[in-house]
Amino acid sequence: METVLTTHFADERYRRIDGYRAAGGYEGLRKAVSMPREAIVEEVKKANLRGRGGAGFPAGVKWGFLPKDLSRPRVLVVNADEGEPGTFKDRLILERGPHLLVEGIAITCYALMIHRAYIYIRGEYVRETRILDEALEEARAAGILGKDMLGTGFDLEVTLHRGAGAYICGEETSTINSLEGKRGWPRLKPPFPAVVGAFGLPTLVNNVETLADVPWIMIHGGDRFAALGCEKNGGTRLVGVSGPVVRPGVYELPANANLRSVVYDTAGGLRDGKRLKAVIPGGSSTPVLRADEIDVTFDIESMAKAGTMAGTCGVIVIPEGTCMVRALSVLMNFYAHESCGQCTPCREGTGWLKRITGRIEAGEGRPGDIELILDLCENMMGRTICAMADAAAMPARSFIEKFREEFDRHIAERKCSFGNRF
Amino acid sequence: MPTLTINGIAVSVPEGTTILNAAKQAGIHIPHYCYHTHLSIAGNCRMCQVEVEKFPKLQTACSTVVTEGMVVRTDTEQVRKAVTGVLEFLLIHHPIDCPICDQAGECGLQDYYMVYGLHKSRYALGDKVHKKKVQDIGGQIILDAERCILCSRCVRFLDEVTGTRELQFFERGDHSEISIFPGRSLGNNYTGNLADICPVGALTSKDFRFKCRVWFLKGADSICTGCARGCNVTMHFKGDILYRYKPRGNEAVNRVWMCDFGRLEYKKANEDRLLVPFVRESGREKTVPWGGLVPQVAHALSQATERDGADAVAVIASPQSSNEELYLVRRIATELLGTGNLAFTHRAPGDGFSDDFLVREDKNPNSRGARLLGIPDGQAYDDLIGKIAAGKIRALLLFGNVLGACSDAETGELLSKVPFVAQVGTNAGPVSKAAHAVLPSASFAERSGTFTNSEGRVQRFHAGFPPRGKARNPIGILVDLAKWLGGEWSQLDERSVFLEMSRTEAPFRGMTYETIGNQGQEAGG
Repeated sequence: METVLTTHFADERYRRIDGYRAAGGYEGLRKAVSMPREAIVEEVKKANLRGRGGAGFPAGVKWGFLPKDLSRPRVLVVNADEGEPGTFKDRLILERGPHLLVEGIAITCYALMIHRAYIYIRGEYVRETRILDEALEEARAAGILGKDMLGTGFDLEVTLHRGAGAYICGEETSTINSLEGKRGWPRLKPPFPAVVGAFGLPTLVNNVETLADVPWIMIHGGDRFAALGCEKNGGTRLVGVSGPVVRPGVYELPANANLRSVVYDTAGGLRDGKRLKAVIPGGSSTPVLRADEIDVTFDIESMAKAGTMAGTCGVIVIPEGTCMVRALSVLMNFYAHESCGQCTPCREGTGWLKRITGRIEAGEGRPGDIELILDLCENMMGRTICAMADAAAMPARSFIEKFREEFDRHIAERKCSFGNRF
Repeated sequence: MPTLTINGIAVSVPEGTTILNAAKQAGIHIPHYCYHTHLSIAGNCRMCQVEVEKFPKLQTACSTVVTEGMVVRTDTEQVRKAVTGVLEFLLIHHPIDCPICDQAGECGLQDYYMVYGLHKSRYALGDKVHKKKVQDIGGQIILDAERCILCSRCVRFLDEVTGTRELQFFERGDHSEISIFPGRSLGNNYTGNLADICPVGALTSKDFRFKCRVWFLKGADSICTGCARGCNVTMHFKGDILYRYKPRGNEAVNRVWMCDFGRLEYKKANEDRLLVPFVRESGREKTVPWGGLVPQVAHALSQATERDGADAVAVIASPQSSNEELYLVRRIATELLGTGNLAFTHRAPGDGFSDDFLVREDKNPNSRGARLLGIPDGQAYDDLIGKIAAGKIRALLLFGNVLGACSDAETGELLSKVPFVAQVGTNAGPVSKAAHAVLPSASFAERSGTFTNSEGRVQRFHAGFPPRGKARNPIGILVDLAKWLGGEWSQLDERSVFLEMSRTEAPFRGMTYETIGNQGQEAGG
């Protein structure tokens, strides 16, 4: 299979600019700067590249949201705050191919006349920060970043900014607030970042993987990228598989890879003779699928049809023997901890869900608790400024829908039938 | 002017109007906490969610701008469930300590609970998150974080209005709370507004705490007498005791705010009041009936005129008096006493502090009115004081409670130079300690009239209750005094005085109480 991102990831030298160049790196940028700017954007539109941060918004369309008027400087914010549980794909790019991101940033900024880019990187990514910092330094020394990019007269400054460990700071308007030194919480929209973003300027926010795809698109063309995937979902996706599988890890697969195949073929199936119970396909916020529901492809439309989301393609494999009440309780703890506290339904709802799931797991559930959870989910979903309330409510609802009998049994027997273990 | 329909009612609103305000125009109340007319839009309480046709999700009415042909519903089951759900979320950690909460009776949680709640709690009591209560954060404010619904109005007020940014969100999720940085306290002149804008009992007034249940209070529109800005207020009282001021909206004067100094001005109607008329005989106060006092004062003034000439008689007017009163004072001085010794000063004890928002250096509500009515200040006042100091004034009619910026000792010293001093005042002080006749007058809470603020805006204030004790409305005192000085005046009250002024005084020409209304009117000239 043809790969876009990971082709040279096994090669240690690829991390440095010399190795990257030896493998054809920065040729995409060289080609881009010889093209009219509109042609670059056109290639990305043709590529059917959809945002890799989870929402899957078409990148070319998002680029087009920036106002035509160039009187105000524009800003690119690179979202490297990868925080969705079960997701670790951007980390691989940052570690193995940091120049892919740097080149993607350079092309994007050149195409959109952006002279200032900020990379907002997850605070826990200490090693990745160091590697990326080194790559940025190399790119500056090579005349790619800084003044006069490759002799084109185009200036581009890139600043690396570390987050402080908040999940919500991966939501694009929170990222911007945090970058500005404000409390990291979402902004009310409109205005959208494309109009009023970082430091009040028109701002484009893109995920690491999205931008890292851009150099390949420049070299090989949008059509060829689009052909790697399926209709409406161009290219490949980095799929992270975690859980008790034989080969956990990040895999580059066509954008319409089959989930069952990912679990059983790519990741080698479950280890130690375990049987599959459930799969969370796209990071912890996406609705869970039962073992019998995983014959679904990763393209955004198919996943939606299956009642879930491709999200970040962070596949969490859950084996038989796992207590789904406990699993949900763990997730609810996470969301209650990470709710920024701005909107009432999320602030209070996530904490409430944490307490109810916690007590059901502890054998202290009450009749009516399950209906209560479902009702709270209804009062949370779509009721807040950002999607965080949905991110907490979707797993809660789907865990109950798909594994209702486990919740009922916990309440009826007043204990965890799995002995309180994973 | 886009037109939309809300619950089937068509409304046309100016471009840029939000659904919430359009609904208000259509007479439909959309519940809200974080929205405030004079603060930026936060959209975080989520109470104002409404259905908008073509939008898959509910929209917040406070932040959604009306577009042509928009179809909005606030009365559907989905909306009701969403609002009820938000209210339930807001109440799960609330301490429900209404019996000891000052906000009870004017609380957004209580009010909406009666409309959207009335539910039994589904939340386990032991699960409540507890936060810090009774925190003195400085200024006039006590913070109870447990009652807080995190609407962020206070944070935005301190960011956008005072620019001092003392309060912030701390922590996350359901441990979020509003707080102040350790070791810091509120440091601006407008902290009292925080209690006004807090929709719940989280920020309450230190001054008002535990003083009175709000449902016992009556209100009357008034004007703050603390400085020349003339902030519009509503005074709240029970019986003849004032309990608090609340700012009243007037975009041209104070918008919806007021300062901390003005907010405590109400106390002057309660404390150290002159409530009985008295005369000083051989250094001792002797209570006298009103009946004999006014003729006695008139006699003393006439006698001094006859004996020493009109220039030996003086009248010091007060910028705390209303326009109507000042008009009569001027007429008494010039027409009946025939003296040129008439002046006032805006100066008062204290530092004359001002700021760049509402607080004015002039601590009187009506200096501008006095000037517009031709009563001189500045050099004229200093000259008059010079005459007093030189012993040239033999009888003095003095309005107000203080003698300019004089200290108590200076006041006593100066007034001792005058053989007869009659005071018309509201509060005991250096003047009442030295005056030979004290005529207690009604406070601003007990009389009506108009003040002219520093920008020339004539504004009405209204009596909340009749004069306390034996105090009298100064209009009555003045008309009475005029009678004993030989004037035949027919005015009965401030309205008839103002009517006359509107004919004779150029700055007030053509004005009526009706044209002034409750938002004031600029004086001419």
